[in-house]
Amino acid sequence: MTKARLATMWLDGCSGCHMSLLDLDEALIPISQRVQIVYGPLVDPREYPEGVDVALVEGAVGTEEDIEKMRMVRERTRILVALGDCAVTSNVAGMRNPFKLKDIFNRAYVENADVNKNPPSDPALPVLLRHAVPLHDVVKVDLHVPGCPPSAETIGFVVTELLEGRIPDLRTRTRFG
Amino acid sequence: MKTIVIDPVTRIEGHAKITIRLDDEGGVADTRFHVTQFRGFEKFTEGRPYYEMPSITARICGICPISHLLASVKACDAIMAIKPPPAAAKLRELLHCGQITQSHALSFFLLSGPDIVLGFDSDPATRNMVGLIDKYPDIAKDGIALRKFGQQVIALLAGERIHPSWTVPGGVNSPLKASVRDEILAGLPAAKKIAKSGLALLKRAVDDFEEEMTAFGSMATMHAGLVDRNGDLQLYDGDLRFVSANGEIAVDRMTGADYQQYIGEATVPDSFLKAPYFKPLGYPEGAYRVGPLARLNVAARCATEESDKEFFEYHQRFGKTPQSTFLYHYARLIELLYALERMEALLNDPIILDRHVRAQAGVNALEGIGMVEAPRGVLLHHYKVNEDGAIVWANLIVATGHNNIAISRNVKECATHYISGKKITDGMLNRVQGVLRAYDPCLSCSTHASNSYALDVRLLDTDGSVLDSRRT
Repeated sequence: MTKARLATMWLDGCSGCHMSLLDLDEALIPISQRVQIVYGPLVDPREYPEGVDVALVEGAVGTEEDIEKMRMVRERTRILVALGDCAVTSNVAGMRNPFKLKDIFNRAYVENADVNKNPPSDPALPVLLRHAVPLHDVVKVDLHVPGCPPSAETIGFVVTELLEGRIPDLRTRTRFG
Repeated sequence: MKTIVIDPVTRIEGHAKITIRLDDEGGVADTRFHVTQFRGFEKFTEGRPYYEMPSITARICGICPISHLLASVKACDAIMAIKPPPAAAKLRELLHCGQITQSHALSFFLLSGPDIVLGFDSDPATRNMVGLIDKYPDIAKDGIALRKFGQQVIALLAGERIHPSWTVPGGVNSPLKASVRDEILAGLPAAKKIAKSGLALLKRAVDDFEEEMTAFGSMATMHAGLVDRNGDLQLYDGDLRFVSANGEIAVDRMTGADYQQYIGEATVPDSFLKAPYFKPLGYPEGAYRVGPLARLNVAARCATEESDKEFFEYHQRFGKTPQSTFLYHYARLIELLYALERMEALLNDPIILDRHVRAQAGVNALEGIGMVEAPRGVLLHHYKVNEDGAIVWANLIVATGHNNIAISRNVKECATHYISGKKITDGMLNRVQGVLRAYDPCLSCSTHASNSYALDVRLLDTDGSVLDSRRT
């Protein structure tokens, strides 16, 4: 049997959605036999490959780098899933949106610092977007899976339905919060 | 001058990047460790009612949300000027033991396990959790089972595994049922067995990683961690102790309220992660470390039976104040055993079932500070509120931040040891990343979150042209 090619991504989020995926516990073992995790924080270094069947993306889009990355992911992925409230609505990541970036940086790196009171600005660091935005603002999303985080059962259902070639019906399987 | 960029570092909890500059002879001239995303919790929580802070700040991190919940409710307790009932304090500690268990199990078995069990030089395509499931299913299953047990303890107590809302300012919102107590107690023997087999595995492995023991960094630093009034290891409560590089107590009984007297924060120009330092020594001389290695260096003992046996054996083997970064793994496993034994002690204390678990009050102080030991080290939440209880200012110092200076130095030590510049090998660069994995850094905690994970290493000439590259 050819294994399905699964990728996971983590943008501006807390990793809670990835932890909820791990909360599948021993059910991870049969899933790991049906899929190959070709990219993501749980596996070792890889360039995001061509021909990915499913990408689960956690987190909002917070930087210019995130936008570039998601455009590339979209091109190379058949089914793109916004996993969790930050990817779906920008949620906690978007709580910074009413504030000016300058004020946010000043709080952390000027007011709350004793030495080198300057916001970091090295070119090695990505440029923050004015607003953290949901995934569908930037690329076409095939499936939205809300939850903070979505439960392990929901994630397991999504993955197994997609493996069966069906788009999962989540109407009764997600709830607010 | 040539530059190697490891972007991003993989199998860590968050997004980081390492730059290594080489001199003309191909030796390491300089290294830099960058944390590359920023979220802004200290500002955007402004205006929120203080009692929302636990559930908002839990979203800093999905791996250790319980640590943020606890630091936050402790800061809120201080704003209310109350002390939670005794049973509530014990229940919070019990919840914390569940988290230490799941987080340490994840770090050792599933993130660093592939390096330790399959080898730093093994095929990067299978050097991961799935590769471990294929080749060493028993070890992988143990890791999954132990992490599951920790998460189940959290779910049984708090209703949900991730971001639960059971811990509240003043205590917890429901007492413990005897049936839940018994269910957790029933699971403990199997969990302990796994913790011990992990420990046995690592003790054997330490001999195989003699080179890494030195190369991952063995430079002496100060250490900091919470201890109780007897100097015993504490994860939920207690005061902060700093020891010098040779293990002498530098500061003892520092309460959260006094942190600004001893801890300064430096902004680092090329990282979103700030670098806290020991104020009396200044920056960067005041580098200190936190987390498992540091906690076992500051504590006089663990004060639970089996973990103490391990604690004394460990110190006998490596001295009073071990400095090797590789030993973070060893110390982490001793703590795993401690967390499980501590759970047992808490559950067997009759007061744990007491129905008084929440003190009620309003705003009685305009400032509050909460301090706990997160799995990766000391975590501080500091809030100021107005008379209505709305947040007007916040400062958060997260575990990985304290280690920032030391991580940067260790990365340099490790790169200098392994990299000659003539040829880049995967194993070489995997070891440099292994330094970070030993710290189990939680970079989403560092008011940052991660982007993606690929390894793109480029050897650049001074004009930026690519001399050699490697993608794995």
